[in-house]
Amino acid sequence: MTPLAHYLILSGILFSIGLAGVLIRKNIIVVFMCLEMMLSAANISLVAFSRAQGTEGVPVYDPQVLSLFIVAIAAAEVAIGLALIVAMFRARKSVESTAITTLKD
Amino acid sequence: MIQNLPWLFLLLPLAVAAINWLCFRKCACCAATLSILSALGTFGLCVAYLSGALPAATPDIYTWMPISTEGMPSLSLGLLMDPLAMRMMLVVTGIGLLVHIFSIGYMKGDPSNKSRYFAGLSIFMFSMTMIVMADNLAMTFIGWEMVGFSSYLLIGHWFNKESAADAAKKAFITNRVGDFGFLIGILLTMAVFGTLTFSEMGAATAGIPAAVLTATVLCLFCGAVGKSAQFPLHVWLPDAMEGPTPVSALIHAATMVAAGVYMLVRLQVSMGEAAFTDTACTVIASVGAITAVLAALMAVQQDDIKRVLAYSTLSQLGYMVMAVGLLAGEAAMFHLYTHAWFKALLFLGAGAIIVGCHHEQDIWKMGGLAKKMPITTVCFLMGTFALIAIPGFSGFFSKELILDAALAKSPVFFWVGAGVAALTTFYMARLCLVAFLGNARAHGAEHATEKSFTMSLPLIILAIMAVISGYGFMADSLVPFEGFHAHGFELGLPFYVSMGSLVLGLALAWLVYGCGKRSTDPLAGNALSTALRERMYIDKFYDKGLIGLVQDCGTRILEFIDTTLIRGICVQGTSWLIGRFGILLSWIQGGSLRAYSLVIGLGVLFIMFILAFTFHSL
Repeated sequence: MTPLAHYLILSGILFSIGLAGVLIRKNIIVVFMCLEMMLSAANISLVAFSRAQGTEGVPVYDPQVLSLFIVAIAAAEVAIGLALIVAMFRARKSVESTAITTLKD
Repeated sequence: MIQNLPWLFLLLPLAVAAINWLCFRKCACCAATLSILSALGTFGLCVAYLSGALPAATPDIYTWMPISTEGMPSLSLGLLMDPLAMRMMLVVTGIGLLVHIFSIGYMKGDPSNKSRYFAGLSIFMFSMTMIVMADNLAMTFIGWEMVGFSSYLLIGHWFNKESAADAAKKAFITNRVGDFGFLIGILLTMAVFGTLTFSEMGAATAGIPAAVLTATVLCLFCGAVGKSAQFPLHVWLPDAMEGPTPVSALIHAATMVAAGVYMLVRLQVSMGEAAFTDTACTVIASVGAITAVLAALMAVQQDDIKRVLAYSTLSQLGYMVMAVGLLAGEAAMFHLYTHAWFKALLFLGAGAIIVGCHHEQDIWKMGGLAKKMPITTVCFLMGTFALIAIPGFSGFFSKELILDAALAKSPVFFWVGAGVAALTTFYMARLCLVAFLGNARAHGAEHATEKSFTMSLPLIILAIMAVISGYGFMADSLVPFEGFHAHGFELGLPFYVSMGSLVLGLALAWLVYGCGKRSTDPLAGNALSTALRERMYIDKFYDKGLIGLVQDCGTRILEFIDTTLIRGICVQGTSWLIGRFGILLSWIQGGSLRAYSLVIGLGVLFIMFILAFTFHSL
């Protein structure tokens, strides 16, 4: 059986890539995808914990329920977020995060 | 119950003033009747008490402001019923009554609101009673301010005339200056004597250092300087002539302006003459003498009949104050009493002349009035004779008493008094010669007539008083001073000197003005005359120099506070600070989404770090 650490390392790598993407990329769609990636990383670790904490092959179900919630919320978020991005593209012909400067100016 | 009857002295005029003010605004007739009835009532009450028809018991004292701290006297309202107060009340209510009656004739045909006028007279009677009958200084002060207020109302009766409104303001504000000193004096009295009640002051005088006594008396004297219009606060009285003439007679000649002298004598009687130290006495007598001389000089070159009389009042008040300073309270009160009758007579006579000449006040536009207004002329002459102290008239006795006292105490003041007497004779003779003799010089004087009986009657009564009030049989029982006893004729230096100044004044006036044939003043036109007409430039100096300077300083301070402190530092400074702070903070709001998310990420990390490691032990 694969040890817990491997899952956590994978989850950590995914999270870090996601975070780096959010911080570095300008394109909001990519930023958005990176956010999703960070959520997935969290999901992986949750499921891994669910397994690791289980006894005699029966997992603890709480983290799995939590991860289902996350998936549901992520789906809702995508719906709103993509709608916002489409609206922004219509208004500004651009999806670059540097283009949103109305308040500053 | 019967011992509380004297409170009617206060309540009657107050109630009438309130009723006139609130209910009879439209009905001048009712207002006049009520006011006269109230004056008649208080006069009757006064006569009843003086003649002994009513027993003079001490009325209840009403504690107005109880002060529980030990050693501090409570503020109370009580009435004094001693001869000084009651006889003064007789003068006040007697002249008050005559002036009320005269006012009907004087104000007839005047378009202003007469209810307001009579309400003003009643409120004045109330306030003056308060001063006269007060049994403590706090109550005196209340009356003091109230007469100032009623004087303001009455001077400014024709308030749509700008000069009248200004004069009312000037009178009130000038009095405030003196009242400030008076208030300090009252507080000093409270601190030094431990009481404000007149009857308890005498016992408290002993053991107080002379310097403290001097300061107290001089501070209280400030009040008299304001109210009795002594130099340097005399400037308001001539301007107060803008008010109706009966008001000038009652307030600015007979009663209110005498309140300062009355107050000083009251203090001298209750504190004892020992409280009036030499320094204080010298200052008081000198102020009186200066006022007497200056005012008499200025009266010589006035053309307005009321202003001549106003300066004459100033000068006579100076006499009284001088007498107080010479510790001759008796003489001061005697002169106050005779002066009240004959000066009220002169003012009412002037009022009758002014009405008769169709509101002409310039004596050079009168002339020949002796033929056209015989009753007024005779009465006015009686007053004049009393004022210039022709032997046998009331003014002669009182002036003689003051001169006697001056000669006994200090000859300097005696000679000043004699000089002022000569000047008085000169300016009054000038007034009479110009106004009554010769031919009418203007249209108004040509058609002058006696107007009405209500105006002649008070004149006649006052003329009788001006003649007889100085004789012993009247004076002994009426002069507001305890145990007053009139002296008969006494030949001596004072008599010869005052006769000399009388003859000198009359002769000079006759030489200069002849029998009223001239139509302009032969003394006018030179620098001295101009200076006297301009009131020695004292008013100008106050206006331009003193008030201008104070206002200038005030403006600068205000400007500093307003512009620099409030607008500059408080308002603009704060907004500038916040603005700068905002600019500083706006650097954080860079608009870069990535920067935001970095901060948020770091923040989350930070919180997690704290939760995981710091609160571990919880």
